[in-house]
Amino acid sequence: MLNLIIELSKYLLLIIILLYTFESFWVFRYEDDYDKRSIMRKQLLLIAFLDFIAFLVIFLKTQELKVIYLFGALLLYYLAVQVLYRIFYKNASILLLNHMCMLLSIGFIMIARLDIDSALRQFLILAASTVIAIMIPVMIKKMQFLKKWTWFYAAAGLALLLVVLVFGADVNGAKLNIDLGFFVFQPSEFVKIIFVFFAASRLYKKKATFKDHVITTAVAAAFVLVLVLSRDLGSAVIFFITYVVMLYVATKKPVYLLAGLGSGCGAAVIAYFLFSHVKQRVVAWRDPFSVYQTSGYQIVQGLFAIGTGGWFGMGLCQGSPEMIPFVKQDYMFAAICEELGGLFAICMILICMSMFLLVVNISLKIKKRFYKLISLGLGVEYGFQVFLAIGGVTKFIPMTGITLPLVSYGGSSVLSTIVLIAIIQGLYILREDEDDEFEKQREKK
Amino acid sequence: MKSKERKNDRQQRKEEERLRKQRLKAKKARNREYSIVSYFFVLLFISLIAYMVYFNGWKREEVISSPYNTRQDQFEDRVTRGSILSADGETLAYTQTDEEGNETRVYPYNNVFAHVVGYDSNGKSGIESLENFALMTSHNDYIDQVKNEIMEYKNPGDTVVTTLNTELQQTAYNALGDYKGAVVVMDPQTGAVLASVSKPDFNPNTVAADWEYLVSDSSNSSLLNRATQGAYPPGSIFKIVDTIAYLREHGTIDGFNYTCQGSITVDGHTIPCFGGEVHGTEDFTTAFAESCNSAFAQIGLDLGASRLEKTAGELLFNEKLPIPLEYSKSSFNLGDSPGNPLLMQTSIGQGNTLVSPMYMALLTSAIANDGKLMQPYYTDHVETVSGDVVKTTEPSVYKQLLTQDEASILKSLMVEVVNRGTGTQLAGEVYSAAGKTGSAEYYGENGEIRTHSWFVGFSNVEDPDLVVAVIAEGAGTGSTVAVPVAHEIFNAFYY
Repeated sequence: MLNLIIELSKYLLLIIILLYTFESFWVFRYEDDYDKRSIMRKQLLLIAFLDFIAFLVIFLKTQELKVIYLFGALLLYYLAVQVLYRIFYKNASILLLNHMCMLLSIGFIMIARLDIDSALRQFLILAASTVIAIMIPVMIKKMQFLKKWTWFYAAAGLALLLVVLVFGADVNGAKLNIDLGFFVFQPSEFVKIIFVFFAASRLYKKKATFKDHVITTAVAAAFVLVLVLSRDLGSAVIFFITYVVMLYVATKKPVYLLAGLGSGCGAAVIAYFLFSHVKQRVVAWRDPFSVYQTSGYQIVQGLFAIGTGGWFGMGLCQGSPEMIPFVKQDYMFAAICEELGGLFAICMILICMSMFLLVVNISLKIKKRFYKLISLGLGVEYGFQVFLAIGGVTKFIPMTGITLPLVSYGGSSVLSTIVLIAIIQGLYILREDEDDEFEKQREKK
Repeated sequence: MKSKERKNDRQQRKEEERLRKQRLKAKKARNREYSIVSYFFVLLFISLIAYMVYFNGWKREEVISSPYNTRQDQFEDRVTRGSILSADGETLAYTQTDEEGNETRVYPYNNVFAHVVGYDSNGKSGIESLENFALMTSHNDYIDQVKNEIMEYKNPGDTVVTTLNTELQQTAYNALGDYKGAVVVMDPQTGAVLASVSKPDFNPNTVAADWEYLVSDSSNSSLLNRATQGAYPPGSIFKIVDTIAYLREHGTIDGFNYTCQGSITVDGHTIPCFGGEVHGTEDFTTAFAESCNSAFAQIGLDLGASRLEKTAGELLFNEKLPIPLEYSKSSFNLGDSPGNPLLMQTSIGQGNTLVSPMYMALLTSAIANDGKLMQPYYTDHVETVSGDVVKTTEPSVYKQLLTQDEASILKSLMVEVVNRGTGTQLAGEVYSAAGKTGSAEYYGENGEIRTHSWFVGFSNVEDPDLVVAVIAEGAGTGSTVAVPVAHEIFNAFYY
């Protein structure tokens, strides 16, 4: 009987996310603010409904009261975030906020299904992160000197990365973390943000010379190199792409874009021959079955999960995603495909895409170049991380072992993504406020 | 007056329109970088989605039917494992449930289908492993499934209908008798495997009980499916490969001439013809039909190592093979600078060359089928417990292994083997037959020289029905054991 309920629930969950995804794109057709707001309210209802069904199923299956607590806590969290933003930042992008809540929901549902205690822990980190993040928009408005701290960003970022390289704990051959006892800290998640501030503070000046660009590029290359040496290939690629895109948009010179991408490809080929761990990843990508016992095992298990799920999934708690090593950190996407289905997963990709486009659009409308570049850089980081995470799991591209922002389990990842979104919100609010003032001045005239 | 106003109006509107366009253009130029970046990323996201669609639509089945996939085993409490049937409708494996709900896997034919159907305890093998996904998936009527769920009954897994033919399998099994070895029977025009025997065998009904013994008995290694995993020296059946190499070098066998003196000696190494027979002056057809070692050793020397190596590679030696069950690759290895002795040895199928019976069946079926190697398969279709077809295997070409000309020349050579060579036992039946015998020497346990008996061939030469590959370990020459086994199989099919 329970199996029947679960069977039914997976179709309901799919319908909900289909509606949600549809509305996230449809909302742009409405000119009127009132209509937009009503759609966004509807989206919130959909998120709540999605959580309700999913957590009900998990509860019925596990009989674990903690599942109900988590559900309650999440609902309260969404309510609090939405209300706080509406009170303090009436100009915030509600769609961005909704997407954040939706992706968090999907993540929490899967983490709770895999391991409820991890989910509760993750929630505490989320709550703490949000308290920090809610102040960021104000700080951005007040702290006009941010663009002057160029060398502080470079020094702090590189120092943090070097600390990991030297003292980091070795996990599967890669050095990513520093164990602080109560919290496993992954600095590259935060350096990601610092790096964008560095690049923006160097690139925003219109009169920057070619020599300036060379220096900036050299520092950026140092970041990437340290990451490669720590074997954090995913972050290395993200930093690289982000820098190339920022450089291109700041200078408007396509030649930089082409040169950047070209040298990136060259560097990838060199890395392939120079580092055995890079080669290993490529071999495991091309034919994971041939190295099934070793480096291909995780990929193959992931593909089994995605394949078993098919279009509609097995239903929550009906698959066996726990067979994939590091499923909560690296393979959430496969777990989602297995239990909620390929169509659900495709909707999620579309939501991530919408999120990316929103951020780029915010960047486009900001007038101050420094803020414009930050917003763009953070957006590119987000978008490319999603691409690497999902592409790696589906064997579309080689696996880089990077988390899916907001969905994967991991304290550093959640904290940094929440902060990243808060910064973007802060910039968006700044821009809207500018517009408001502009309107007021015009009315006065 | 009014018309003038309207004119002004229109002009004004035109002006506005022009300005708007100008602004838009300026804006576009300003945002070009943003557009490029946005499009690039949208392309990345779309390609992810396209890949998901491709994976679920086209790759999914292949990936999840991998024998490594043990996820289906987790459905054991919801699905009763499906049955495995032969092509002629006999049950080869089914699950029996007693009153207390205990399940037993039953194999009515005991040892006869042991390796090819496989077992489902202590791991999985054969078709039990290959089709695990189908057997543990229920495509039962949806309403029945719902009913079963409510009543908390298990749903019946799908039935796998194999390509195996019980009569051919039984005949091959009996004909091989007590010899160790293997028999493979295929339909060369489709790639369907009709019979696959391996001996020594085991009883799949008692695998769990016999396990300790089976895995420790290395002298018999009964669990090994010799049909696909066996690695034997090919002996004279390798002359098929020599011939293809010769054709690829010269384009024709016309004009070939060799005088056999019973043996050939090069660099102090002597290759004798079988039984010291002196074949005299012969053309290619006779050399092939009589399986003249001297002639083929000379052919090998003339062709040279690189030509042989190249042809072997083109015929899938040292390569992946399209065999769905676990198999051993065919290996061909001459080393870096082979001397003439090794080259001569290799040309008559000794040396370092190793093949499986299944590989030889594939090569022969390509010859029989105008050079086209069909993708071999064991599952004809999968159906629900009530007989509705879920999925059918469509025969497909794996590779054009030989040209049509090469195939037809080899066909005629193999016909002559039966007409006047080492395979005359197969002549004079209601069906025509073609083939090649082999006697592959190897060192026995006590260092003595022994001979594997090989035969590969096909029946109804113009429109081939069956391809047979037989090996009997240490049984003697090809014509003493392997040819009679093939003969019985052909007879069983036609009489």
